[in-house]
Amino acid sequence: MMGSAPQQASAVGGGPPDSPGSPDSSGATSGALPGAYLAVSGVGFHYEDSAILEDINLSVGRGEFVALVGPSGCGKSTLLNLISGVLAPGAGQIKVVNTAKNLKNQDRSERASRLGHVSYMQQKDLLLPWRTVSENGRLGLELRGVGAAETDTRVKRLAESFGLSDVLGSMPWQLSGGMRQRVALLRALLPDNPVLLLDEPFGALDAITRSGLQQWLLNVLDRSEKAILLVTHDVEEAILLADRVLIMAPAPGRIVAEVVITLDSGTARNLEASTTPEFVEMKKRILGILRRQGPEGQTQ
Amino acid sequence: MTSFWRASAAGRAGVAGWLPAVATALVLLIAWEVIVRAFEVQRWLLPAPTVILGELIDSFGLLARHAGTTLVEIVFGFAVSVFIGISLASGIVWSRAVERSVYPIIIASQTVPIFTLAPLLIIWVGTDIMSKVIVVVLFTFFPIVISLVTGLRSVDREMIDMFRTLGASPSQTFRKLMVPTALPNFFAGMKVAAVVSVIGAVIGEWVGASAGLGWLMKLSGPQFQTARVFAAIVVLSVLAMGLFAAVVILEKWALRNYPATASQLTGTGES
Repeated sequence: MMGSAPQQASAVGGGPPDSPGSPDSSGATSGALPGAYLAVSGVGFHYEDSAILEDINLSVGRGEFVALVGPSGCGKSTLLNLISGVLAPGAGQIKVVNTAKNLKNQDRSERASRLGHVSYMQQKDLLLPWRTVSENGRLGLELRGVGAAETDTRVKRLAESFGLSDVLGSMPWQLSGGMRQRVALLRALLPDNPVLLLDEPFGALDAITRSGLQQWLLNVLDRSEKAILLVTHDVEEAILLADRVLIMAPAPGRIVAEVVITLDSGTARNLEASTTPEFVEMKKRILGILRRQGPEGQTQ
Repeated sequence: MTSFWRASAAGRAGVAGWLPAVATALVLLIAWEVIVRAFEVQRWLLPAPTVILGELIDSFGLLARHAGTTLVEIVFGFAVSVFIGISLASGIVWSRAVERSVYPIIIASQTVPIFTLAPLLIIWVGTDIMSKVIVVVLFTFFPIVISLVTGLRSVDREMIDMFRTLGASPSQTFRKLMVPTALPNFFAGMKVAAVVSVIGAVIGEWVGASAGLGWLMKLSGPQFQTARVFAAIVVLSVLAMGLFAAVVILEKWALRNYPATASQLTGTGES
């Protein structure tokens, strides 16, 4: 996941093709980044008379982990709902690479065609209380009509790497919050979509559980070829997990800056990294940009 | 309502939970017996519990035969109600047009005293089993529809969106999310329906029948066979309790994997 992103000093609002103000930011999606798994160009969204999102441009490449930080209410979650297809954008285009060639619903709208093809994990685990962990995990495959034998194999294989093998037969209410989030990620990942959206995945957890799960997430997504977009208001979480951090400002929600994370890859990506000088420096810079967006712009 | 029943069932474990109610009933029965004997109350006016028990034993065959007739009406009517209830509730939740055209009429229908409809039903469909079945349906479909509509509507918007992001079709969302979510409410309505179904059958028989416990009571009253009327009441209560218990057993089986309390049902991962 820390593969192809340029590991160099950060560029704020400058060169990257999808940052605001760059010459080709409002152009065709193909112009954003060739081969991007996820490309969002010129997307706007209104609710009644107020603009929620304005001219959002971003792209996430294969194996890339991008974080989106910003104050509450800046439209981060709305953006993920647009990408997943739950909501339809008022303007702009969203393109998701489709590995599944035989899409059943070619005639459906562009938005509807993304439903079921973008993995989406939210802050709430949204597990079905009457289903076991295994039955919850397989929901996405079940809805697609994947056969029982294949489903079983895939659930067991992923559950093992997720540390969930022992609780496959348990009911969700018997699990801790951290374990429930693992099940929610299992459910999101099993359909094997190229794009994974994470909306404050650990936001409802206590600090110790959260940092444990961040480390765990780094491990299970390591060498993943997915394009991952994480929404968080936790700047440390963003720096720790992502290759690039996009910073949003509210009213209307827009991307104001991009910071490329230049932590020394390899050893750096663990929880101890957050105490190193370069990590602290990175955090200061991002918080500084957030503060400049006005009083509501302060997080943490 | 559901959580109340389930919580109370969990709180009072097994037979011990029923002891206070049984003891209270016994005390009342003994007081009744003592008063009837002490004041030498006439048998046709108020028979003692032991006399009613004697009647139950002596007329067991007769009572069982008529109870059978009543039970068939109840079970038939209940089954029709469940079918109608599920269809109406699904339609109401599925389509705004159905909701607007049907829901107000369903509610208005419950303001008509059903007892007054029974004579009309006798005129229209005769005194055979159908008139009784229809009265049972009129009594029982309402709690089933209302509870089911409430249950189907209690589904979280976020849950529906989660199903959509997994690529679920509307019918998959209905079957795999909305129906299971509504099940506890559905059984709450079924329990109410089970109890009132007995009332419906007796009213139907009262107005026009040639068999059944309601008919037997109507016949025995004017002949001052008061003990037989009481015996029929006892049998009707047992029928109602039996139906209630059957629904509870069905509920326990259907909800065997559900968490015991409502907070666990919607819990969102506090560790």
